[in-house]
Amino acid sequence: MQEELILQLESHVATRILKQPGRRIAADEPIISSGLIDSFNLVDVALYVEDTFGVRITDTELNSGTFDTLGQLAALIEQRRGRA
Amino acid sequence: MTLDERLRQQAERSPNKTAIHVQHAGRPDLAISYDELWYRAARYAQAYQREGVRPGEVIVLILQHGEDLLYAFWGAIACGVIPSIMPFLTEKLSPEQYRSDLRALISVTQPAAVVTYPEFEDQVREALANDRIVRAVISTRGINEASGSTFAVDNYAPRSADDIVLLQHSSGTTGLQKGVALSHRAVLNQLDAYGRAIDLRAGDVIVSWLPLYHDMGLIAGFLLPILEGIPLVLSSPFDWVRAPWRLLQAVSQYRGTHSWLPNFAYNFMAQKVRDRYLEGVNLESWRTVINCSEPVRWESHRAFFQRFEKFGLRRGSLQTCYAMAENVFGVTQSDLRSEPAVEDLDRAAFMEAHSARPAVMSGPSMRVMSSGKPLSNTRVQILDAHGTPVPDATVGEIAIQSDCMLTGYYNRPDADKKAFHDGWFLTGDYGYLSQGELYVAGRKKDLIIVGGKNIYPQDLEALSYEVPGIHPGRSVAFGVFNEELGTEDVCMVAEADSEDAVQQQRLADLIRQHVTKSSAIALRHVRVVGPKWILKTSSGKTARVANRDKFLRESSDSGTQ
Repeated sequence: MQEELILQLESHVATRILKQPGRRIAADEPIISSGLIDSFNLVDVALYVEDTFGVRITDTELNSGTFDTLGQLAALIEQRRGRA
Repeated sequence: MTLDERLRQQAERSPNKTAIHVQHAGRPDLAISYDELWYRAARYAQAYQREGVRPGEVIVLILQHGEDLLYAFWGAIACGVIPSIMPFLTEKLSPEQYRSDLRALISVTQPAAVVTYPEFEDQVREALANDRIVRAVISTRGINEASGSTFAVDNYAPRSADDIVLLQHSSGTTGLQKGVALSHRAVLNQLDAYGRAIDLRAGDVIVSWLPLYHDMGLIAGFLLPILEGIPLVLSSPFDWVRAPWRLLQAVSQYRGTHSWLPNFAYNFMAQKVRDRYLEGVNLESWRTVINCSEPVRWESHRAFFQRFEKFGLRRGSLQTCYAMAENVFGVTQSDLRSEPAVEDLDRAAFMEAHSARPAVMSGPSMRVMSSGKPLSNTRVQILDAHGTPVPDATVGEIAIQSDCMLTGYYNRPDADKKAFHDGWFLTGDYGYLSQGELYVAGRKKDLIIVGGKNIYPQDLEALSYEVPGIHPGRSVAFGVFNEELGTEDVCMVAEADSEDAVQQQRLADLIRQHVTKSSAIALRHVRVVGPKWILKTSSGKTARVANRDKFLRESSDSGTQ
């Protein structure tokens, strides 16, 4: 289940944010602290997660302390979906 | 008159009036009165004096956007010490690089002291190492906990209007080595002329999220309101980029009248702000929203207006300005009584002949937007390559003269000499005049401007050479304008010995990571190619424009970037 989620996130980040369709991003690869996505894209990530999975990530959570990898983001989504 | 006298006047005249509403995501707003601002600043001033920092010496402030920075800054001014704000470490930037940037700043500005948080002191001390220039690292903790009750600044040495009041550093690694030194007189002359150009009056409210280490944030979004007695609603770039709708909520809540934004912010907000964040938001009070600090785009204004019209934004509110730290801030300002002028130009004549001719029906055209007319205290002329003024509608280098010019680049007489020609300051920007209006057309140097931040491509290229497998001279960085974002994308092409695609992708990732860690600049596109891709000039220099064109050609051929 989480693998599928990660694939979906990976595809979105590669295609929509990095504009490099087909670009692979490992589940444990840092994406924020590494500068792969910059701060201007954080809102995009939050909006995508909200629209697609119905999970809210507030602006004060948009930093590498909350999630820095797709794996961590997927876990966060699952955890919040489970709670809902 | 000096800045400290002006602040003290405000504090004496209306002590209880709110000077600043500080906004922090996740916390209630904090209102700071003039009295409080002066009192807290005085505590910093006393701490500086205790540490032996003397009037006329520089103090570097390494603090995040927030209360401490405000007090530390005004504290310096209150006792005649020259503040210089250093951008705070971001999570993207490596601490090693940050320390080396700090050393670069210190070696030129020779500060007597550094102010920072207790938890950051070690970082700073490590950067200073054996250096004997900085005599004190001052922690905010001691100051905030001090129980000092005295209002006055002891041993206060009156400053004269021609003394340097502050240093502004342009952003970017190279920028830190060139501090723009401004006098009290220059700053006050600018505030006076600029305040009139934007029709600032009692009852106005300025709303800003701009960084204070940049002229637009420091002058328009900080000194102007505080010294003119106009309430300021201040948030941070860190919060804004994560929740751009907060700016609109703040305008609505505080009945904001003026804001300044870099061009990309118009696109960013038009695209990222959802209606659900704007329930009850009313932007009718927002009289003047000024586009400044990167090339101004008519398309960005249109997108912004279309998006927020239904929340009460008026088209006539969207204005433009051309500014630079060397003139304190504003050089030109559009006339608030109408929308900024636009011209449709013949693209070919503009590109090839540097001539701003009206577009012809059949040919390709480009729409340019005016940055307005010179402020009442500033003169603008356009010079050709020999320094001779050119007629209207001819593109050349923008040169300025005013009563608010910099005193000089701090400790850099070499840079002063290069910056002036016959008493005119050479801006390094290209533009043309038409009916008294200035149209800015681009940069003389290969500077990349992203979100108002100036980036020197050679700095990024030098960083890429530190990646194993990339040889010196074998990478090129350039900016490509992104219509959707309203600003430039930073792109890099680097040559590798290997033609293997997997290897190249791996190198591209390494470059991206290393450049980001070392400069806090995110590369939008990194392409690693085989040997002999990069075009060189006959003298062996990298031809950035030619390489950019080649990159764009190949990207459009393959349908991706």
